[in-house]
Amino acid sequence: MDWAYLFEISLTGVASGGLYALAALAFVLVYKATRVVNIAIGEMLMIGAYLFFTFSATFSLPIWAAVIGAVIGTGLLGAIVERTMIRPLLGEPPISVFMVTVGLASVLVGLVEIIWTADQRRLPEFLPNTPIMVGEAFLAPKVAYGALIAAGLIGAVLLVFRFWRGGVALRATASDQAAAYSMGINVPRVFSLAWVASAMIAAVAGIMVGAIGGISSTMGVFGLSVLVVVIVGGLDSVLGALIGGVFIGLVEALAGTFLGGEYKLLATFIVLVLVLMVRPYGLFGTHEIERL
Amino acid sequence: MPQPAAVPAPAAPVLQVEALTLAFGGVKALTGVGFSVQPGSITAVIGPNGAGKTSLFNTISGFYRPSAGRVLFEGADITRTPAPQRAKLGLARSFQNIALFRGMTVLDNIKLGRHAHLKTNVLEALFYVGRARREEAELRRDVEERIIDFLEIDHIRHAPVSALPYGLQKRVEMARALAMQPKVLMLDEPVAGMNREETEDMARFILDVRDEWGVTVLMVEHDMGMVMDLSDHVVVLNFGQVIAQGAPAHVQADPEVIRAYLGAGDVGDLRRKLRGEQTVAGVA
Repeated sequence: MDWAYLFEISLTGVASGGLYALAALAFVLVYKATRVVNIAIGEMLMIGAYLFFTFSATFSLPIWAAVIGAVIGTGLLGAIVERTMIRPLLGEPPISVFMVTVGLASVLVGLVEIIWTADQRRLPEFLPNTPIMVGEAFLAPKVAYGALIAAGLIGAVLLVFRFWRGGVALRATASDQAAAYSMGINVPRVFSLAWVASAMIAAVAGIMVGAIGGISSTMGVFGLSVLVVVIVGGLDSVLGALIGGVFIGLVEALAGTFLGGEYKLLATFIVLVLVLMVRPYGLFGTHEIERL
Repeated sequence: MPQPAAVPAPAAPVLQVEALTLAFGGVKALTGVGFSVQPGSITAVIGPNGAGKTSLFNTISGFYRPSAGRVLFEGADITRTPAPQRAKLGLARSFQNIALFRGMTVLDNIKLGRHAHLKTNVLEALFYVGRARREEAELRRDVEERIIDFLEIDHIRHAPVSALPYGLQKRVEMARALAMQPKVLMLDEPVAGMNREETEDMARFILDVRDEWGVTVLMVEHDMGMVMDLSDHVVVLNFGQVIAQGAPAHVQADPEVIRAYLGAGDVGDLRRKLRGEQTVAGVA
């Protein structure tokens, strides 16, 4: 066993897990506040990436402006989705709302193919290209910067939700809606806030994923791995999303290296099955949600 | 006839309920309920199970929209005002089944009560400057020195609420409601499931809230002894209708109330009465 090589692979795995953690955070935010399983999280991430592509490549805006534009645009999408599709379903069975997000995913894919065609595209290069060395180990620069940006954003989001009134309101709403409502917390606005924040985080994750692997109308499958991450980590646990993200990133990297690229997804889903066997609190299992 | 000088003229009621009707489909939970709450009073709503007490509470606090009638708070019509706005106006409530924010500490729960009154924005909060610092300091002083002290929960302020015994959780819920700086405090069964000693403590707190804090209290309660001891005004609900209201002694003596609620073997009586009415209605 070559330990240096193993370290290098693990490092790459952990770093790419950072993006999983970021996308999982976007998912958990919506689930925690509104109890909606947003299956379209991968597609919202894709919209963020395509908006970035449009602003930076088509309109030739500077990178920072394109990022802001993409984040705001996707946030707007989140607001529209919440207002027009999710809120009217308030009080309906969870499975109905779930199916609406499944439909939303298809609609978003269709939208992307209509506007941008189904061709694969590359995002403009905006990250430094110098290889990064951690000790003896080499880390692809894009993966490294992706992880750094993910870590920074996750940190910022956690701080905001720890110390800002709106974040406290969100945690209170997640804990007991009726009590929050009677406490002067505007629960519908908290729902909107959660969707907008989630969409914005997803946009950043989408831009990073696109920068590493290019964008296409099928990049929403990234959402599948995110789903594994959140089920493994616990649907409403922020900490679970972070640990789960890094863990799944690691599993994929190890499986991809030692078993071959085609075993990546197989390995993650085996992990999912194993986790569900040990902690059988599946998607619609019970109200008891396990944290990793 | 002029009123005797010794009796002050009644002040304008702080809370008024007028001809309130609430229906869920074909089921009427409340029919033409009306009463008013005088400032500085303790008003109790009593009635058998299913009489509509909690429905009434939920309508007053804005969780349900009545199909007819009005709710007035300090003279203003709030029938269409959303619940969070009512909280800001000064209408605080507790819940029959404790609704604390689990996973948070006692202190966090209580401080959340002040949420509606805070104005700090996200940047001020992040860097903890200006208004954030001022509001937090003020909140801390008020909560720690007045509320926690008053309710005698100093020893558990950093405990997670889910680990507390039932009686203490009720007390924390009341503390949270007080942190909302309410004008009217609505308590839904404040002593349900409490033992004698806990009940007496709670009764003392309710009296003190009125006497020392000047907060008007409106409560739903099953404990007859406590209702009769504490209340200035009692409203009796039965099948969604007010069957009597007035001073405790007056209500206690009301034959209708005794029949419907207080008398022994009342369940059989009630059933017979209900069936009789339905038969009559059916015949008519």
